[in-house]
Order: sequence, then C-alpha cells, then structure tokens
Amino acid sequence: MPTITPAFADVAASDGALRRFLHGLPGVDAVGLEARAASLGTRSIKTTAKAYAIDLAISMIDLTTLEGADTPGKVRALAAKAQHPDPTDRTTPATAAVCVYPDMAPTAVAALAGSTVKVASVATAFPAGRASLAVKLADTRDAVAAGADEIDMVIDRGAFLAGHYLKVYEEIRAVKEAAGAARLKVIFETGELSTYDNIRRASWLGMLAGADFIKTSTGKVGVNATPANTLLMLEAVRDFRAQTGVQVGVKPAGGIRTSKDAVKFLVLVNETAGADWLDSHWFRFGASSLLNDLLMQRQKLSTGRYSGPDYVTVD
Amino acid sequence: MGSPFEYAPAPESRAVVDIAPAYGLFIDGEFTEAAGGKVFKTVSPATEEVLSEVAHGSAEDVDRAVGAARKAFEKWSALPGAERAKYLFRIARIIQERSRELAVLETLDNGKPIRETRDTDLPLVAAHFFYYAGWADKLDHAGFGADPRPLGVAGQVIPWNFPLLMLAWKIAPALATGNTVVLKPAETTPLSALFFADICRQAGLPKGVVNIVTGDGSTGAALVSHPGIDKVAFTGSTAVGKAIARGIAGTDKRVTLELGGKGANIVFDDAPVDQAVEGIVTGIFFNQGQVCCAGSRLLVQESVHEEVLDSLKRRLSTLRVGDPLDKNTDLGAINSAEQLARITALAETGEAEGAERWSPECELPSSGYWFAPTLFTNVTQAHTIARDEIFGPVLSVLTFRTPEEAVAKANNTQYGLSAGIWTEKGSRILAVASRLRAGVVWANTFNKFDPTSPFGGYKESGYGREGGRHGLEAYLAPSSPEGEH
Repeated sequence: MPTITPAFADVAASDGALRRFLHGLPGVDAVGLEARAASLGTRSIKTTAKAYAIDLAISMIDLTTLEGADTPGKVRALAAKAQHPDPTDRTTPATAAVCVYPDMAPTAVAALAGSTVKVASVATAFPAGRASLAVKLADTRDAVAAGADEIDMVIDRGAFLAGHYLKVYEEIRAVKEAAGAARLKVIFETGELSTYDNIRRASWLGMLAGADFIKTSTGKVGVNATPANTLLMLEAVRDFRAQTGVQVGVKPAGGIRTSKDAVKFLVLVNETAGADWLDSHWFRFGASSLLNDLLMQRQKLSTGRYSGPDYVTVD
Repeated sequence: MGSPFEYAPAPESRAVVDIAPAYGLFIDGEFTEAAGGKVFKTVSPATEEVLSEVAHGSAEDVDRAVGAARKAFEKWSALPGAERAKYLFRIARIIQERSRELAVLETLDNGKPIRETRDTDLPLVAAHFFYYAGWADKLDHAGFGADPRPLGVAGQVIPWNFPLLMLAWKIAPALATGNTVVLKPAETTPLSALFFADICRQAGLPKGVVNIVTGDGSTGAALVSHPGIDKVAFTGSTAVGKAIARGIAGTDKRVTLELGGKGANIVFDDAPVDQAVEGIVTGIFFNQGQVCCAGSRLLVQESVHEEVLDSLKRRLSTLRVGDPLDKNTDLGAINSAEQLARITALAETGEAEGAERWSPECELPSSGYWFAPTLFTNVTQAHTIARDEIFGPVLSVLTFRTPEEAVAKANNTQYGLSAGIWTEKGSRILAVASRLRAGVVWANTFNKFDPTSPFGGYKESGYGREGGRHGLEAYLAPSSPEGEH
C-alpha cells in the first residue's frame, strides 16, 4: 500500500492533527472563484483548437449508466459505443471507460475484452454511501473481483460534515487497499458538501488518503459538476503535486451535456492544472449524453454541416 | 507553456463597425470642420494603422461649442426631470443595441482587448446612463435641498484609457441634472466619442446639449479656461490637473479632478491565495495597467511572500498577450508610443535602482506598441517604481510584517485613489479599510466598478466624486435664497 509522502506523514496522526491541517488550508473566496471560472468560460475555442478539444473530450469520457433499470443489454450497447463512438468514422477516439454498478461489471468486462476502454465500477454503497465499512469493502472487492480497472467510491459525507475527518480518511485508505491495483476515484458529492472551503478540504483529504482521482459528484443530486468546483479541485491537484510530487486526476461528473461545456472544462484544465492533465489518464468526464453532442460537433467540423440526432447512435 | 491545446485565432469581426475616413467636430447637433481646417490622425495602437482623420478643434471652435451649449442650456434645464430621463434611457438602450460595434471600435482605437470592451467597458457605459436616467426626476430627494439647480455648461476633458466609459461618467450625471456639456476626448482615442455624438442624434437629443470637440492638450486648455463654462470635470494626469486647478483659481467655476494613483494591493497571510492572485492580476494587468486606480503596488505579508509570488509568476505565464481583437487575448497594446516610452523608461529606472525585474516568456507583435507583463521584486518604498505612477503593466512587489506596517506603507504615497485588502478575516478588512487614505477600498476583489458607487481620490489623486448619489453633487447648486446661478 502506498504511503503518503513524508511531507505530510504526521497529518493524519490523529483526528485533531488532520482537522488542524485541513482547516489551515487557504480559504476560498466564492465570488472570486466563480468569477475566474466564468472568465475562463469566455475563451473562444475555434477550428483546429476545437477539433483537438473535441477528440480529447471524447477520449476522456467515462461513459456512464447508473440506473436501477440497467440490463446486460444496455451495458453491452454502451460498451460497443465506447469502443467505436461513431460507427461512420473510425478515426473517432474511443472513450476512456465505461462506468457501471458493480453487478454489471462482469458484463462490461466481457464486452470490452481486448479493447483500450477501461471498466469503472462504482462501489461503497453508491450513491449515498450509507452502509457499514464492511459492506463498502465487500462491495469494492466484488467489483475488483469482477475485473473492474477503476473503482469510483463515495465518501461518507455525513462523517465529513460532522467533522470526523479521520473516519473519512481511514475509510478511503481501507477502500484503496481493497481496490488493490484498480485506480481509485474518490467522489465527494460536492453538492452536499456545499461550501468551497469544504471542497478544498475534501480534495486534500482524499489525496492524502491515496486517491488516484478526485471526483465531484455522483450525478444523483441537484448540483453536480460546475466550472467553479472543478476549477477548485484542479487547483488542489496542482498544489498537491507541487508539494508532494504525486499527480492526482480530476473527474467532474454530472450535468456536463454539451460540447461547449466540455471545451470550457478543458480550458479550465489547460489554464489551471496545466498541460500535464490534458490526458485521459489524468482527467475524465463522468457523462452519458455528452458523447453524442461531441460526435455531432465532430461531424460538423469534418463535413461542414450539422447532421442531427439521427446520425449518431442512441444507446 | 508548450501546451498541446493551442487556441486557434478567434478574432472578433471588424465588419460590425464602419469608420469614416474623416470626422468633424460635433457642435450644435452637426458635424463641422474645425475653424482652421486642421486635422490629426488617430491610429490603432496594435498595428499603427491609421483609422481616421479627426478635426483638430481650436479656441475658436471651443467658443462656438460653448455658445451652442449655453444656448441649449435654457430649454434643457427647464425640461422636467422625467423628460430628460427619457433621453438618457434612450441613449442607454441605443448603447446596448450598438454595443458590439462600439466594443470593436474602442478596441481598435485604444488597443485594449475585446474581452474587456465587450464584458466591462460597454456594459458599464450603458449601466451609467441607465443609473443617472433614474435620478433625473428625483433630484429633489437626493439630499441637496429641495429643487437643486444645474450649474450651466460643463467643460469636460477625458483620458484615453477608458474613452467611452469616462465619457459616460462625465455626460450621464451632467445631463441628468440639467447641465449641457462640451466634451474633449483624448487625442489618441477620439472615435468612440464621435460615435456617441451619432447616438445623441439617433436619440433625438436637442441640439447643443452635447458637443464634442476633438483635439489635443491645447484644445482641452482652451475649453477649461473658457469664461463661458461653469464647471470643469477632468480625468487625467496629476500634472495637468494641477494646471487646471491653478487656471481656474479666482473664477467661480466648479471643478472635479480625477487624477493619478499608486494603489496598494495588500495581501495578508490568511488571504484566499488563489483568488488573491487573480485579484493581483486584475489589479495591475486589466487594461494593460493603464488604470488610474490600478493596484500597482503589491504589499504582501512576508510569511506568504514566496508562496504568493510563485503562484503569481505561474499565473502570469498563462496571460495571453497579442491581437486585441482576438477574443482570447488577456493583454492588448499600450495606447501610444509616448506612453510606451514612459513605461519603458520607468521600468529601466526600476532596474537601475536595483529592483529585480521579471517577465514571463511572451512573444510581442512586431508592429504596434507593446510591453510585456512585468513584475519587480526587492522593491522598497524608496524606489521610484514604488512612488511614481507608471500607468502600464508593471507591478512593484513590496513586503510587510504587521497590519500596522501594511497601513503605513499603503498610505505612504502622494496619491490616494484606491487600495485592496485580501484576508479571510472580516474584522481585519474593516479595521484596515478604515485606516486607508484611499477613495476606493476593495476587499477580496479589485477593479470592480458600479455606477451606484462613488469614485474619487484623496491627496494628489484629486477631489470630487463621480458615480452614485455623490456624483450628482458635482453638477448641482443647492437651492438658495440668491436663487439661480
């Protein structure tokens, strides 16, 4: 199990030490943060830059289905789409991963065998996370055993909001251990943490505990990924790498539906964390309907014409 | 930066604006040639391309303009406030409708990025007219006595850094209060004022209420010294402001002066660092630092000096310098060769006096007037670059140890226009702000403007306030037994 960098070795020695560290992080001015995100949102990305951004965004998608009504057929359709998003244009990049519930992981693994597309499975009693640690760990091991390459866990927001940071930290550590070689994405459910100060603290907490990715949301609450909360998390991974040398990925999830939005997020990545994060290994979009909009924009760029929803596949 | 994500050029179209090859003076509702037939050229600072030829107003032209304004004053001041408001509302709406055109025009003539003219200048220009339109029929309740009276003819001289916005700051309150105006735009940026003249005609504003006389310093001097004006409003350099104050001494002209500044941007160790860095950037690189209220002195607490400076340098290396019409440009051209020479000379003085100069790697265009974003460290209060207004994209970084020292250093300047405070502690904001001798103090933000907020300075930054209810006072005489002016 990887240990945290010596610089922060004592940070999680006790609940008190962890609290002092997290509360000692610089505050976030909400107005300023949102103004910066909005200002970067006015970047005008055209022609060659747009083509680059669209392909990059497609390659960063965790194509997601997380519904009670998910079936093996639905998951197989999604897996096919992930490998060849545009059947009429084989130069279209594959998505990064397919993201499913643990019981659908075996289906996804089988459908994606031999492809570059990873299988991500949510775990730890997603989306609420209201279960005992034993259940969460069993959930995780189940997904890993099914062949999941990546685990998307949720933190215990109740414990976080109650100030029990060490409990959250230890839970992430335990899930990380249970996940083994699978990359661990830690979901904060930023909409429930509510304040930007909390999001910064959760980001550091997650990274200290060994997260490979920090992720905004489950997509199951009112407020999911926003430019501002993603910008804040990009600042956190940037600062964490500067202080520890460890690079952590970022995944905004939920609510990103248009190419225009996706390109804005890539501008945030480019101008905040920097070019090192412009890669599907370090940045992901948790999305489903976004892909078809990207494909329509891609077709528009290559043909000069807008096609329409009948020219991309419905899954 | 070497990012694979290279933004392709995204230029705003010039086709939305139609610049005539020549413009006359706008006097008594008509465009006319200057009496002596003299003209001067206005160029695009980004390319040095000549945009148009503009009439050079002489003392004779100023006299004609003041006469027109005087004649118009009688009827204009007698209109019910609600009627004057209608004209101002109409002007505000036309500005909104023509905002794309005016933004492109301003960017061409001034050199500032289209992102700023589109997102800051033009919305504020319209907002100013809307705001003062609302006051026009409520002057009895503005706190200057019942039935306050307009002064008469206002002679207004504005600078080149925010050509149309400064026009709005001057003309909107003057008209709302029943005054008529003669306005002299800056020599290097006359075009947006001339387009505004066209908007006045489009709005059906009575002839002579607004007169625009273009020219250079001599034209401005003729205007402020003209015996027929009742009020001088000037925004510009402290040297010229002092000359104006001397010139009108002994006359009954009222005057407001909005002059230079050397604003302190104070960053405490408990500041929200990422947002403070944004505020430092906005404070000194907004409009290429050609802002009288720029945060040109960064005072940073020693305990976070390194951290803030590292973040600031990293941020500066993402600034995009270049074609002002490109929608992704953060930093445009310096307004004139003269201003560029002044910035260059002061930066060289900074180096010569031992301050450490740093700029991010950035390629500057080969034609036009350009200056890379620059910061100086190891600066003390004794350095010229910590005392003189540079009016360019040059930041002087100083440190302090305690809040007392921060306040002392912030106030240790001949100016007193603006200051910024960065801390997460509300009590500190209030304690420090109340001790700063600056007309505007921003807390956890910088260079934010709003028509409802008064703006003005202490000491050599001038006197009088523009904007808000306070801005009305400069154009009103309280009602008194002696009656009218």
